[in-house]
Amino acid sequence: MDLILVNIIDGLVTGLLLFMLSAGLTLIFSMMGVLNFAHASFYMLGAYFAYQISMYLGFWMGLLIAPPLVGLIGAAVERYGLRRVHQYGHVPELIFTFGLALLIEEVVQFFWGRDQMPYQIPEALQFVAFSISSYDIPAYKVFMIFLSLIIFGGLLYVLTRTRVGMIIQAALSYPRTVEALGHNVPLVFMGVFGVGTALAGVAGVIAGPVLSTFPGMAIVLGSIVFVTIVIGGLGSLGGALIAALIIGWLTTFAKTYNVRMEDILTTIGFTKPEPIGDSGWQDLWTLTSPQIADILPYLLMVLILVFRPHGLFGKRDA
Amino acid sequence: MLKKTRFSVAAALALSVSATAAFADNIKIAFIDPLSGAFAATGTNGVHQYEFAAETLVNAKGGVLGGQMFEIVPFDNKVSPKESLIQLQVAIDQGIRFIAQGNSSGVAHAITDAVNKHNARNPESRVLFLNYSAVDPALTNDDCNFWHFRFDANADIKMDALTDVIKTNDKIKKVYIIGQDYSFGKAVAAAAVRFLAEKRPDIEIVGNELHPIGKVKDFTPYARKIVAAGADAVITGNWGADMLNLGKAVIESGYKGPIYTYYAAGSGITAAFGEAGKGVIRLVAEGQINPPVSGEAKAYIDAYIAKYPDGNVDQPRITNVISMLAKAIDAAGTATDVVAVAKKLESMKSDNLFGGTVYMRPQDHQLIQDVHIEAHTNEGVTYDYDKSGYGLVVESTVEMAGMDSPTSCKMERP
Repeated sequence: MDLILVNIIDGLVTGLLLFMLSAGLTLIFSMMGVLNFAHASFYMLGAYFAYQISMYLGFWMGLLIAPPLVGLIGAAVERYGLRRVHQYGHVPELIFTFGLALLIEEVVQFFWGRDQMPYQIPEALQFVAFSISSYDIPAYKVFMIFLSLIIFGGLLYVLTRTRVGMIIQAALSYPRTVEALGHNVPLVFMGVFGVGTALAGVAGVIAGPVLSTFPGMAIVLGSIVFVTIVIGGLGSLGGALIAALIIGWLTTFAKTYNVRMEDILTTIGFTKPEPIGDSGWQDLWTLTSPQIADILPYLLMVLILVFRPHGLFGKRDA
Repeated sequence: MLKKTRFSVAAALALSVSATAAFADNIKIAFIDPLSGAFAATGTNGVHQYEFAAETLVNAKGGVLGGQMFEIVPFDNKVSPKESLIQLQVAIDQGIRFIAQGNSSGVAHAITDAVNKHNARNPESRVLFLNYSAVDPALTNDDCNFWHFRFDANADIKMDALTDVIKTNDKIKKVYIIGQDYSFGKAVAAAAVRFLAEKRPDIEIVGNELHPIGKVKDFTPYARKIVAAGADAVITGNWGADMLNLGKAVIESGYKGPIYTYYAAGSGITAAFGEAGKGVIRLVAEGQINPPVSGEAKAYIDAYIAKYPDGNVDQPRITNVISMLAKAIDAAGTATDVVAVAKKLESMKSDNLFGGTVYMRPQDHQLIQDVHIEAHTNEGVTYDYDKSGYGLVVESTVEMAGMDSPTSCKMERP
């Protein structure tokens, strides 16, 4: 029982982290139609910047300075890169962001090398917040949860309750009309791209110390972010949150509990072929849930695309 | 055509003889390992250690065969067996005769297989495979061949040494085994189960599982399982980011016992563990860094750190690869007839710069050497890793580990 509670907390941490990454991506995708392959690279930049700043000014200044820095770079990329490529259509945009991802990885390796960075949790948070029986919940995880929730609340407020948010929402669906009304739509695009990448930066800053800061960190998270926004529905912030949480819990529970395919098949009424080594179904029978935990989100995405093509909360087809 | 070739070979030979010292070709060693992606750090540090060993142990001393220098040629294989085979072919096409690879036994299996086939089909351009790190026991057992030499102690030998230490620790009653899902991870798990059953039948193995290699974002769920199982000790063969993230997650989740590992040091991992890893992380490895074994070893490490201020000598066995290869080439009197070199290499006894002597066992081409159990700590550390103040200090040593270990290798000799 305790383990279930602990898993819910762990899954929440994973899910919220994923949400912070996908929130920016889903906004960018729905607004500009750009599938930003470099999104996870901005997450990596956030971690490295924060690490570098934390060497001189401490973790908290890193948390404060690194995301805006990443956002500025993101905005510059939109202003001087994407906007020019935009006129040639979606494929060049795709290639552009793909190249950008490779470029950022190389730049990071050039400046920081290929080693793991000793980016540590701040000392103020290096304690156990509480324990559930023998399972420790580090204070840092609690901090991650609260920070993500605050950011979600802030985003939701800006998008639904403010003038800027209304313009963004309008520009999502009718960019030409919004432009005709006298709003500077390119500026809105640049702003959204900047904020989106800054969010990825925040995710990097807080994930760096726990998921380790190294040049491969973008690749590890890259594809799962796309899965999240497709499941949640493109352009839907709420959808991204729900999808991220589902993925967080799904993978966490699948890894913690050894659900064996053998048990499932036997329950349904199949009998195990003996000896199993000679059977063509060997791989299926010996499957366990931790082995496929990281594939489950992709499976879920395929199912969603088949049965609900615009995702859980989306209004457009993926 | 044939005549022409013969003539040009003869001409080339004549030329090379007349111009030995001045125009001698470098003896190239292809280094095929990950230089990009999740495991890039491990590979890059490997290149540096190879280049430094070649420079210091061979070239600075006048090279081999009266003046030929060693040159390391790096190839990026992205830890993919498929990519490795392409790079292997590129290396062979460039006329390289010595292939060094170590990261991932999956890759090593692909290379040893390809080298074996290549050498059978192309006797004129045979190559040797110098495996400095891939420790799947099968490579020197069922899947052994004459062209493959392993310079690291294999997973069985290391596990044998490790379980010798666990045997003496009465506090350990429950052991959790976790590893990456590929040949090496499976070999570690199998060896742990076998040796524990032999040496401490009272120990209960409370978990034995594999996770996808290089794909796991967050190890917390695995860590929870380890705590839930009530493990007193964890054994893992993980390396790279998988090692660091697993270790961090396990320590954070409230686990207090030792984590016995194969590769939890260097490439930033030591610094990233820092204080949290002290008293928890143990390594089974060859090559003693702390305390330094000799003035020569100290001088070597000092010079390495002077050249690569951010680097670590975290794969000491690389010095054995280079110095033994140099000796074998000198003894064989050729660097192109790899059969002659291989014959000199097998059954070679050599001094290890980092303590003791080493012996290349001819039956299976497994290097027999001292294996140490080392602790991650900041006390008594002469040479730290990652400039972190933390390093590895030898706690106990098994001399010439696995000298009499059985092998199922049936080697076909040319």
